[in-house]
Amino acid sequence: MKVAILGVGTTKFGENWDKNLRQLAIEAGTKAIMDAGIRGRDLNAIYVGNMSAGRFVGQEHVAAMVSGELGLSIPASRIEGACASGGLALRQGLFSILSGQHDIVLVGGAEKMTDLMTDGVTSSLMGAGDQEWEAYYGVTFPSLYAMIARRHMFEFGTTREQMAKVAVKNHHNGSLNPIAQFRKEITIKQVLDSPMVADPLTLFDCSPITDGAATLILCKEELAKKYTDNPVYIIGSGQASDTLALHDRRSLTTLDATVKASKEAYRQAGITVKDIDLAEVHDCFTIGEIIATEDLGFCKKGEGGKLLDEGATEIGGRIPVNTSGGLKAVGHPVGATGVKQAVEIVLQLRGQADKRQLKDAKIGLTHNVGGSGATAVVHIFSR
Amino acid sequence: MGHESSVPLFWRLIKSRYQLIGTKCKTCGNVFYPPKYLCPVCRKEGKLEDIKLKKTGKIISFSIVRSAPSGFEKEVPYPVAIIELDDGPRLTSQIVDWKEEDLKIGSRVEACFRRIYTDGEEGIINYGLKFRPV
Repeated sequence: MKVAILGVGTTKFGENWDKNLRQLAIEAGTKAIMDAGIRGRDLNAIYVGNMSAGRFVGQEHVAAMVSGELGLSIPASRIEGACASGGLALRQGLFSILSGQHDIVLVGGAEKMTDLMTDGVTSSLMGAGDQEWEAYYGVTFPSLYAMIARRHMFEFGTTREQMAKVAVKNHHNGSLNPIAQFRKEITIKQVLDSPMVADPLTLFDCSPITDGAATLILCKEELAKKYTDNPVYIIGSGQASDTLALHDRRSLTTLDATVKASKEAYRQAGITVKDIDLAEVHDCFTIGEIIATEDLGFCKKGEGGKLLDEGATEIGGRIPVNTSGGLKAVGHPVGATGVKQAVEIVLQLRGQADKRQLKDAKIGLTHNVGGSGATAVVHIFSR
Repeated sequence: MGHESSVPLFWRLIKSRYQLIGTKCKTCGNVFYPPKYLCPVCRKEGKLEDIKLKKTGKIISFSIVRSAPSGFEKEVPYPVAIIELDDGPRLTSQIVDWKEEDLKIGSRVEACFRRIYTDGEEGIINYGLKFRPV
């Protein structure tokens, strides 16, 4: 399996007070179209990852909004899988090319979150959990991940300092990324001393509320060289599901959906985890990155904290994770995140990641999670 | 939540939410709570029936919510937990009547009937089961 990525584009991520959802989507979309060196009329279809525009800004029918703004009458579909919406949109775009139906498609992700007050955002995000059996009782996403964190500490001895190291590392990487919401370095002490959101997770363990959009232009392999000398290819794609509610899962400390999705992606790509040079993983909360590195096979189960102690996931480490700054520092406009992760891998594989650039990266991975782990999608990219 | 929803949204789950009635599959013997509408183990071969569960269990994990969703703003800080019932299934709820030493993985708890939240200014008052230390 091989599909080319011709172009990428993102908006600045953050509190984009002056921009609405359609401006964000169009800004990222036009950047990607220009980067790809195509014309809008070359596009055959549009796939938009968006979790909850209906609740965040009262707008459904988001894909038609995007195609309309672009002045195109091609098929446009919105894909929803909570915070994995972007990764799922990428997968649908990929399939539309592999099926032979389309030659060039636009895959976008967009979310406008700051038009709601914080309690409204908290409630809307809980739509990614079980509304009747989790949200009803006042459970929030930070508290779901806090329960995962507490259990990981209990089972494996993971420490608060190790979780804080995820935030410190990702803020450092974010400080090197011009699109990041947070561009300041922080310390372990600042993470531990920041206000408690859901014990044991503090404010700096949590990804922020963010506006942003990201876009990829995908193209059939055979056509790619017509447009670019420098294509990046998608060579593996895996997706899996688990129960909607966290309490129904086999384990609180493994996301089985991640394990399953990554195995399928590795198999399709014909590689093993040892071949991965960098990864963008779903660090919506610091514990999320620790568990992801274990479930993707970067280390043994329970040793995600140790991986941080060793510095293995830093830029220049054995397996750099979230060179962009991750959800933690770049921000987490939920439906855009999965696409933004792919943009970072493309920039790294093209050698365009500027101050974050890794030496000689050939194979990258993205890992995008919906809810507390009910959806996971993994993609593998190569030069 | 926070909207003024119609009554059946809440009414149809009263039996399960108030009385801890789950489902048991006669084919595989698995007990489910929250109740299932299809046995996820046996699917077509499954045969579900209601089962009233014992109201005791233990804490599997917990947190304390300090940044609340709409409708719970006045409740913070409040502990939430994943609880494993003695009959097997796990559920999510709040812990009430607690002292700090009660919040531990493995602590014994029992269900008690409580107000959960009010649906908007003039909306329905929603009840259900929270858990208290025993």
